[in-house]
Amino acid sequence: MKMKSLLVGLGLIAGMSAAHAAEDPFKVGFVYVGPVGDLGWSYEHDRGRQELEEYFGDKVETTFVENVPEGADAQRVITQLAKSGNDLIFSTSFGFMNPTLKVAKRFPDVTFEHATGYKRAKNMGTYALRTYEGRYVSGVAAGMLTESNTIGYIGSFPIPEVIRDINSAFMAAKSVNPDVTMKIVWVNSWYDPGKETDAANALMDQGVDVLLQHTDSPAPLIAAEKRGVRAIGQASDQSSFAPEAHVFSVRDDWAPYYIKVAQAVMDGTYQPQDFWGGFQDDMLSLASINDNLPEDVRAKIDATYDKLASGEFHPFTGPITDNKGNVVVPEGHTLTDQELAQVNWYVEGINDQIPR
Amino acid sequence: MDIDLITQVLFAAIKTGTPLLFVALGEAICEKTGVLNLGQEGMMLMGAVVGFMVAYGTGNAGLGLVGAMLIGCVMSLIFGVLVLHLGANQVATGLALTIFGTGLSAFIGTSVVGKTLTGFEPIAIPLLSDLPVIGKVLFSHDPLVYLAIALALVIAYVANKTRIGLTIKAVGENPHAANAIGIKVLHVRYLAVMFGGAMAGLGGAYMSLVYTPMWVENMTAGRGWIALALVVFASWRIGNIMLGAYLFGLASIMHLVLQGMGWSISPNLLAMLPYVATIVVMVLISADKYKEKLLAPRSLGKPFDPRQMA
Repeated sequence: MKMKSLLVGLGLIAGMSAAHAAEDPFKVGFVYVGPVGDLGWSYEHDRGRQELEEYFGDKVETTFVENVPEGADAQRVITQLAKSGNDLIFSTSFGFMNPTLKVAKRFPDVTFEHATGYKRAKNMGTYALRTYEGRYVSGVAAGMLTESNTIGYIGSFPIPEVIRDINSAFMAAKSVNPDVTMKIVWVNSWYDPGKETDAANALMDQGVDVLLQHTDSPAPLIAAEKRGVRAIGQASDQSSFAPEAHVFSVRDDWAPYYIKVAQAVMDGTYQPQDFWGGFQDDMLSLASINDNLPEDVRAKIDATYDKLASGEFHPFTGPITDNKGNVVVPEGHTLTDQELAQVNWYVEGINDQIPR
Repeated sequence: MDIDLITQVLFAAIKTGTPLLFVALGEAICEKTGVLNLGQEGMMLMGAVVGFMVAYGTGNAGLGLVGAMLIGCVMSLIFGVLVLHLGANQVATGLALTIFGTGLSAFIGTSVVGKTLTGFEPIAIPLLSDLPVIGKVLFSHDPLVYLAIALALVIAYVANKTRIGLTIKAVGENPHAANAIGIKVLHVRYLAVMFGGAMAGLGGAYMSLVYTPMWVENMTAGRGWIALALVVFASWRIGNIMLGAYLFGLASIMHLVLQGMGWSISPNLLAMLPYVATIVVMVLISADKYKEKLLAPRSLGKPFDPRQMA
């Protein structure tokens, strides 16, 4: 009996609040691969979500699911979001690509946007950051700062996005320091501070004195700070973790894109496309460039940033040869965005193989 | 591999093995009294988050350790009441404790996500740390590494050479006989469970105060499970546990080291080794017919009710 009256009460409240809102808010769902508190990749997506809410006020209602494993679970989560009335769903990790596509086909009235992938549908677009621009500046700084001529790269998974950025960083380092070599360690996770620490230490044990990472936790910076080695922050401003070691962080800003897409879907003008944002669109920026950097390094960082932001320079402009001797980008050609999404070779000079 | 690199790798192996050692020591004692607590991962995470929060709030890493041990005790008491008093299934209750600890730690830790602290600085032991290779590998660690080694030695002594050790063994091998000679079986088991909880808390605190001085959700990443497997691998012998912990430590960093050296073995294959071993052991330990062969305490996993005769 009590239970029944409780249910009736809840129903009344729900009914009232529905009547209260003049019209249903536009609902947007987000799927994150890590915790929102990772202070890296997922944190920045969530900041984008919050700004989206602020921008539209009552007109938009958002929900998010964090820590979603890439795989079967993801499909369940995305389906759940679609079922619970979301009009637009952002899935924000490469591994959500196939699950998102499957759900998109089942829910033609919902709009899906998948970050960093390459599969699209009538109601599913993709978006990515030109992270290779950030990595290029990182590589320039690393090449100038290394004294042992060995820079280290902590990779998550050997997917095109990560491989492309390794190439970008290496070409950049090479452009300022012809003697530089790079050691690459894969941790097979986007977010595992313990593993990332181990990887950072394993690299430093082998003479690495500047660390780059394509994983999302600040753990490598903490490890670098402890051992007096340089490191570059990923996705979000990570300077507080390594006041001395921190070179700069390449910071993501997704808000402009989230606002644009939400507006388009609300207006009915949405068209699925493959959007890439970088320095030029203010979706990438260099955060907290350390004051303790030598003057020439700082100047070079600024100059490289300007060159990339103005579009004057593109790191993947031919001729580029891979480390097996094949010409992968012919002279006079610059990789298109589609080609950039399929990079599966290491550039000449990287003495390693891509794990299969 | 030159000698410097070997030194560095062994140094890292000891460090990586230390949280495993803490947890495995506690669980070994717990299992020796016949109680299988699969909640190690959950207790570790609670230890990690509470240890970090206390250390961050007070600025004193030592207090953080105390807090971590206390919360480990509290968590294990929940388990204790359920399985010892109420006779709940140990495996199911332990699993529930892990799930509970994982969720609760994530929930209470949100306020300290993204903070960092200094934790414990390494202390080089005078003279000994000047020895070649060994000095760096063994004697230039943070204080908790030494604490883990000291605890292992003390526990080995207590378990093998003292009356307490015999009592623990009696309770684990034949609780009814122990009961008949006047040992309070449930008291002993409660104490062992709480000891296991405190050690798991300590292992968790090692993660959040020393290893990666920050709190992030699920930061123990399965180490509680590895520690459980370790106890079985070591046939409940403390000396073996110590060795095994450092071996597991070595196994879990080796694939990273080899990658840096440009080896072409699939890193995925190497990375999964400790976990494969863990799964195999978990399967074996849950099948009765293998328990005997593994030298498991005879009453492991069985509830004890003094009113029933064996």
